[in-house]
Amino acid sequence: MNDKTRFMLKKLLLYSFLFTVVVWIVLPIIVSILYAFSSKLDYYDPQKVIPTHYTTQWVKTLLFTLGAWDGIKNSVIVAILTIIISFSLGIPAGYAIAKFIFPGKDTIKLSIIALRMFPIPVMAIPLVVLYIKLNLIDTLLGVALAHTAMALPFVVLITSSIFAGVSKELEEAAMVFGVTRLGAFFRITLPLALPGLAAAAMFTFVMSWNEVFVASILTLKNRTLPAQILSIMAGSSGGAAPPYYKFAAAFIMTLPAMIFIFFARKYLVSMWGITLK
Amino acid sequence: MVEVRLEKITKKFGDFTAVNELTLTIKDGEFLVLLGPSGCGKTTTLRMISGLETPTSGKIWFGDRDVTYLPPKDRNISMVFQSYAVWPHMTVYDNIAFPLKIKKYPKEEIDKRVKWAAELLQIEELLDRYPAQLSGGQRQRVAVARAIVVEPDVLLMDEPLSNLDAKLRVMMRAEIKKLQEKLKVTTIYVTHDQVEAMTMGDRIAVMNKGQLLQVGPPVEVYSKPNSIFVATFIGAPEMNLMDVTVKETDKGIALEGEGFEILLPEDLGEFLKNYVNKTVVFGIRPEHMTVEGISEVLHVKRKAKIKGTVDFVEALGTDTIIHAKVGGKIIKIKIPGHVPIGLGRPVDIIIDLDNIHVFDKSTEKAII
Amino acid sequence: MKLRLPYLLLLPAVLYLVFFIGYPLVQALYLAFTQNGHFTLDNVRRTIGDPYFWQALKYTIALAVVIIPIQLFLALILAVVMNRTFKGKDLALYALIIPLTISDVAGGLIWYTMLTDAGFLNKLLLNLGLITQPIHFFGYEYRNMEFLAIVIEELWRATAIVFVIILAGLQMISKEYLEAAEVFGADYWTRMRKIVIPLLKPSIQSALIIRTLFAMQVFGVVWILAGRDIPVLAGEGFYQLTFIKDYGVASIYALTIAALSILLGAMYVKFLKAEYLEVRT
Repeated sequence: MNDKTRFMLKKLLLYSFLFTVVVWIVLPIIVSILYAFSSKLDYYDPQKVIPTHYTTQWVKTLLFTLGAWDGIKNSVIVAILTIIISFSLGIPAGYAIAKFIFPGKDTIKLSIIALRMFPIPVMAIPLVVLYIKLNLIDTLLGVALAHTAMALPFVVLITSSIFAGVSKELEEAAMVFGVTRLGAFFRITLPLALPGLAAAAMFTFVMSWNEVFVASILTLKNRTLPAQILSIMAGSSGGAAPPYYKFAAAFIMTLPAMIFIFFARKYLVSMWGITLK
Repeated sequence: MVEVRLEKITKKFGDFTAVNELTLTIKDGEFLVLLGPSGCGKTTTLRMISGLETPTSGKIWFGDRDVTYLPPKDRNISMVFQSYAVWPHMTVYDNIAFPLKIKKYPKEEIDKRVKWAAELLQIEELLDRYPAQLSGGQRQRVAVARAIVVEPDVLLMDEPLSNLDAKLRVMMRAEIKKLQEKLKVTTIYVTHDQVEAMTMGDRIAVMNKGQLLQVGPPVEVYSKPNSIFVATFIGAPEMNLMDVTVKETDKGIALEGEGFEILLPEDLGEFLKNYVNKTVVFGIRPEHMTVEGISEVLHVKRKAKIKGTVDFVEALGTDTIIHAKVGGKIIKIKIPGHVPIGLGRPVDIIIDLDNIHVFDKSTEKAII
Repeated sequence: MKLRLPYLLLLPAVLYLVFFIGYPLVQALYLAFTQNGHFTLDNVRRTIGDPYFWQALKYTIALAVVIIPIQLFLALILAVVMNRTFKGKDLALYALIIPLTISDVAGGLIWYTMLTDAGFLNKLLLNLGLITQPIHFFGYEYRNMEFLAIVIEELWRATAIVFVIILAGLQMISKEYLEAAEVFGADYWTRMRKIVIPLLKPSIQSALIIRTLFAMQVFGVVWILAGRDIPVLAGEGFYQLTFIKDYGVASIYALTIAALSILLGAMYVKFLKAEYLEVRT
């Protein structure tokens, strides 16, 4: 075997491996979308691997009869509240870590890194008691506050690395020309950091959008989408919903996340790289 | 120890030709410096010799062995990288021992050789440390020790000193040179620093835009550059260049520039017979001129005199560089020692005619 | 003032985290070990007397033990492949990181579509004539298949995170480290073994920690695909809280997850220590 055929063979191997992996990842998503719109007859027809008759009935029923639409609204509100709270707390902290040198900085940073892995169920279960006392139980604000605790360490780490990427000299130049530190932050650093912050916001959005445990525990009527879906669909044997509603639910839950990843794909690897180091 | 021959090697990356039909022989035991600006193809050439890249066409010979398509491991070469590439997860000892372990030397032999290399580079007391604990200079020494420990046939160095500070660089220059003389290993050294090239190389090969322009001992490349590029790339401050017209006068061939005329001796004039009334490029190094009445250190047999005015003076302490205005152009003159001279003063500039250069305007090749 | 500024900027975030993580921990201990203001082990007795607790512990650990090594192995291969340059790399990368944004509930639903009796896989295999009866994945009597379904879903959904961490680590390894090894005679596998894997150790460590801690909290996908057929710690905590309303037992489940997380995290840190990163002059 000469070098050329060996090279071609290697290339073939590489591409077939990648093709397999990509199919393995993408196929279930496509199938679940197709099945979400499949007619009942096609679904129960054992001959039809790929359905040919489509209907929006399941998605519609799920959205408007089974309450998924309210779930979506609630999820969006919770996610936006989470972004607002976690960013207003996280940006100053991230900025402090990125731009100042002070005693105890490493300890604080390491603690935040460690807190990122704090198990959410541990937080949620005892929180119920407090929320009942504070009348926060079954409110969207309550869920958002808990989601903020989950997202905040990530926000601090991501923003600090974004701010660290904005040269200190740019800010100092503005300060030399008579702008205060706060002014320099708003006029120089923040605009430069904006694209990164936007990606971080989307990241936070997806984190909150996908979270189910806290939301299920802290709410009863005002459920977020995953909590709503979980309560309708849970369990294989006990699951009350017919299968095609499950497919519709998968579709509704996956779509926003995929749109997100399309817009933020450029930042994704580096952002996970930052948060997971 | 081996002779390295490059036969018309070409390397293309897509449409870009990094190295174009380069032919060069590096003699057994020689220290050859590949010199050129960044992007000239010198590193690509080195990487083809190492086997990290394969030429698009051409052949590479180590002695009578065709190594063109051999992977690096089958070439018995060593390399010092620009970033040192000292592995951070291994101690200094393990770094140096790595090439020996790969080649499955017995344990005692590995130990003996690592100690030998460490001693040569004076890093014996660092053997247990990790690279993170070393300074840049120490890491550099580890990289060199690792490269010589297997006694390679060919030692390749890719800008090894460019990350060191100026003082350390001068010191390591001398050390690497001495080490190479001791080990007598065929060495190919890539740099963009002409001082490094002049002080270290047995021969220098100057490259630009993928082409090999000139190969020769440092003094020859300095005093007889074959093109404008080589002439200006070597020497600092760089050679003065002026467009002049070749004139035939009753006293012989003369070069006529803006605001001056230089009459050439007959032997030099001879070279320019075919260029009469044409424009050529006249070149003179700053150190081959002086200012009359200021310094007579320049003992020249044949000289020419032109007039100018002092425009600016750089006092460097050891030397003085006078920027003189001749016609509309600035000529730099380098005079040893400190020379007090007033700005705006008219001066007579003495040119050493035995060190002038004349280049063809269109081909940029040397005529004289 | 100048010295205090960074602390002032950090204070709100730190206080928030201290409250939201410190308070529940204290509250959980209180709920778990007191009754009417007195110390008691009643809740502990009730929890460990319940076979579901041991089942949950067993399944949580079993899922982690089965899933994580496979994920690490797959992620390593994928990262090495994706660290080269080739045509279509961006597209492949995009596909590979899609699961990062898919929640475990959605992942569970997607794989339910694939694996249920009239799902894609069964119909496909039936039509290809490879099977004559559908393979049953769901239902209490097919618990082992439910376990398998969860494993498949987690491999599908959560390998991406390991992959991304390792890829990020791989991209930080200077190319010259590998070229140096190549020049000094190391073949491909030696370079992998002696250079790449040791240098990746910190990335592998954080990937393992993150994946393991998430595995201790596994909930949504199990709840969707198996319900309580396959009990897990978080699921039982959820069940005790929302269906039984037993705050004490639920808190013990929460504390068990916390204790397991801390224990495993500490073990990883201890056993996967990268010595060269610790030394500084």
